[in-house]
Amino acid sequence: MSELNFSSTNNSLYGKFFRLSFTYIILIVLLALIGTMTLYSAANGSWEPWAGKHLLRFGISLLLMFGLALIDVRHYYKFAYVFYFISLLLLIVVEVSGHIGMGAQRWINFGFFKLQPSELMKIGLVLFIARYFSAMTMQGIHAIRGIIIPTVFALLPVVLIILEPDLGTAMMLLFTAALMFFAVGVQWWKFALVGILGLAALPVAWNFLHEYQQNRVLTFLDPERDPLGTGYHIIQSKIAFGSGGLFGKGFLHGTQTHLNFLPEKHTDFIFTMFSEEFGMVGGLILLFVNLLILALGYLFAFRCRNYFARLVIIGLNTNYFLYIFINISMVMGLLPVVGVPLPLISYGGTVMFSIMASFGIILCMSINPNTPNSFDDD
Amino acid sequence: MNNKNEKLRILGQRTIVLILLNLLAFVVIIARLYYLQVFEADKYKVMSDENRISTRFLVPPRGTIYDRNGEVIAKNEQDFQAVLIAEQTPNISETLAHFKQLISLTEDEEKKINAEILRHRRFIPIKLKSRLSWDDVSKLMLHAPDLPGVEIEEGLNRTYPFADLYAHVLGYVGPVSDKDRKDSPLYMVPGFKIGKSGLEKSLDYKLQGQGGTVKLEVNAYGRVMKEIERQSGSIGSSVQITIDSRLQKAAYDAFGNNSGAAVVLDVHSGEILALISAPSYDPNLFTNGISYKHWNALLNNERTPLINKAVSGQYSPGSTFKIVVALAALEAKAINADTRYYCSGGMDIGATRFHCWKHVGHGALNVIEALKYSCDIFFYETAIRIGIDKIHDMALQLGLGQPLNIGLDNQKNGLIPSEQWKKNTKDAVWTKGDSANSGIGQGYVLITPLHLATMLARVVNGGYAVMPTLIKQKQSLKPFKKLNISKHSIDIVKQGMYEVVNAIDGTAHKAKFNLDGMRMGGKTGTTQVRRISMKERKAGIISDSKLPWRLRNHALFIGFAPADNPRYAVAVVVEHGSSGSGVAAPIAGKILQEALKLNIQ
Repeated sequence: MSELNFSSTNNSLYGKFFRLSFTYIILIVLLALIGTMTLYSAANGSWEPWAGKHLLRFGISLLLMFGLALIDVRHYYKFAYVFYFISLLLLIVVEVSGHIGMGAQRWINFGFFKLQPSELMKIGLVLFIARYFSAMTMQGIHAIRGIIIPTVFALLPVVLIILEPDLGTAMMLLFTAALMFFAVGVQWWKFALVGILGLAALPVAWNFLHEYQQNRVLTFLDPERDPLGTGYHIIQSKIAFGSGGLFGKGFLHGTQTHLNFLPEKHTDFIFTMFSEEFGMVGGLILLFVNLLILALGYLFAFRCRNYFARLVIIGLNTNYFLYIFINISMVMGLLPVVGVPLPLISYGGTVMFSIMASFGIILCMSINPNTPNSFDDD
Repeated sequence: MNNKNEKLRILGQRTIVLILLNLLAFVVIIARLYYLQVFEADKYKVMSDENRISTRFLVPPRGTIYDRNGEVIAKNEQDFQAVLIAEQTPNISETLAHFKQLISLTEDEEKKINAEILRHRRFIPIKLKSRLSWDDVSKLMLHAPDLPGVEIEEGLNRTYPFADLYAHVLGYVGPVSDKDRKDSPLYMVPGFKIGKSGLEKSLDYKLQGQGGTVKLEVNAYGRVMKEIERQSGSIGSSVQITIDSRLQKAAYDAFGNNSGAAVVLDVHSGEILALISAPSYDPNLFTNGISYKHWNALLNNERTPLINKAVSGQYSPGSTFKIVVALAALEAKAINADTRYYCSGGMDIGATRFHCWKHVGHGALNVIEALKYSCDIFFYETAIRIGIDKIHDMALQLGLGQPLNIGLDNQKNGLIPSEQWKKNTKDAVWTKGDSANSGIGQGYVLITPLHLATMLARVVNGGYAVMPTLIKQKQSLKPFKKLNISKHSIDIVKQGMYEVVNAIDGTAHKAKFNLDGMRMGGKTGTTQVRRISMKERKAGIISDSKLPWRLRNHALFIGFAPADNPRYAVAVVVEHGSSGSGVAAPIAGKILQEALKLNIQ
């Protein structure tokens, strides 16, 4: 462990704190404040019932983020598999005796808060894959044998989450894993092969979907199919975007949202609400802030000389990217409505905590750029 | 170590690809944002407004109708109704219980209210009770603290203060039915009333006014959030009619229990001073939808209160038609004041024996005497002599058998036959017998009371073609055309009519009056409703008054006053009244006296 003494860096908590990227943190705070403001408007100009709680949760999860940023980076490596398996166990518990909410079993009720193991798994799977590949040789990665184990351990939670059923989270997990496989260098042709097989299996998979999930997909393909039923959300969402125009209708003046034509305005459809009131200009600003957060994430990744740390950042960054892309695409009618929130803007506890946790982990990786290539060196 | 660097290098390369993928995704999102918010913005702006803006129509108050003296005969009365807005009360049943203590509700009403509450969204007002009196309203206002969610709403209800007096003139309003639906959006407004009959119907457009609109912002559940824009329409125009309510009432009362109609005209202007059809009905019953019970009672009444007998009732004119025949003959120079015919009580025309009403006969008489006694033989002879076509032409000049549109429903034209008419419709040749029958106003001839009054007015005003009218005109009418009838002929006929009433042996002598020197002239008419068979004639004629009501003769009288300088003409038809002289003439006398007393200008 002698190599872990870094002469040039002060590894006290105090020193680490000042090495954190304050630009990154300010951008995160900015997003949360935009979210609070939007939720304030969603409640017709009231802190109740969303904006106040949102801000409070952000404050708490900010502490969580700092905590996770400042703990020893080696712990993540050490406990990667443990964390993964705890998450998997909790997922199974949910599957067996979960709390029934919104028609889908997603929570474990601990009394004072509800835990959503699928959110834990988003971090757990990234840590698992990062640790697995950091110990593997390039030859191993290229071999079929090398990717069977991580494939199985990626698909296991995906299947469990589909069974909950939570298609959105399952897809995000699947894509996060796939993009990480891609990042470590799994050959292009393997993705092509899986893609073809996947397309071939589509008709079979279709029959496994719940009717409401099938409806969502059909509605996505043709929203006019059922304008008052499942198509209603997306039609009203598009009207809100379009009528917002270039500069929007103004803060607190979105008619689609304030007159309740737009459902779920405080959760999945919050970007619609934001865009109706602040127009395309507002939407671009929000996207730009997110783009900066992602860009900084990749910058941290490139600065990392440690394979595990770099891959964790890429995995978590990719996860964050998927949140944004899937949420915004679905409210604009580019993807089926699958129930993915917009991090830091949408109202909802578990997503806030899990995304802030992943920011904390990214920050932790970013302040230890000179960590040796591998924790297994000794 | 090499391997590890190689791994990091590949990770770096692939991360660049991932970054490019992220950028591509952002480009797609931004393109979509541009497409929705700039390219298609206008389309979605319209859709957004369609979502949130609900346009409602403001129903304009219907125009008031006045009589000739400015008295209101159709108006909009404020109607107070109590409504309940469910979401504004913490406890619906408690509020309802309080309400019931103040205003009684029948079991049915209560059931309906509870059903309505369940059926509607909680912010929609549910009607509790309509047509509240002032007392009820003030009671409810006093107890407002106990009645959360209960509100008083004001509406307008069409009311007719004179009730049955004007039913056949004004008609009534009612809810729009499917067959009425026109383009006007007002017709779609729930509770909107339109004219269903009478002047309310023919003047509907004028009385309705222009509907206004109010644009409201509503939320997804239809609740009104605020008013955006208001365009108040214009209230309906008011209308003044020519009828004098006092005379109208006198005419209606004069009928008592009789069934029939009367029309009073100003002989110079053609203004209708009274127009009644008895029995009548209360049009107020129709405003909010008439009950099945009331409707059936009206429909099954054998005296047909729903039919406006003044314009829709077609009757044989009987002896009143002798005026027309006399004028036609005088104008054709077929007879003059001295021409005499001998009445023996009957005469043979072809194979048929025609009788005078006076079976012993009148002896020899001239036209004035023939009118005075209403001799039938004289007019059989005269009619045969001049032929039906001359009578037809005179009748048409006097307004009979042609449209006299005064804006009421189902106006009939009556019928004035001619040789051509019989050929066309019956494919038969006109006979002398037909002429004889027509000469005493029987057979094919049909008139309405309005036509009779018009005919008389045209005769007694000196031969001017007045047209009857119900609507008071602001500017004076242009003078009526002078008819091609000589004063000499008119004077002879007027003299005849004067003697009918004022000669001691005139047929309507009993109805005569002298009001400060003003007297009445007129002509009686009694028309058979059924044929009297030869057998009956032989067996002796049964007194008409012993027959069942439906089979009795119709009684007619046309009268004018003052006799020396006529101003008013009246036509009275009493259905199955048995006798023109005994029943119709006294009614006409009462009406004309009232008109003279009122001195209607």
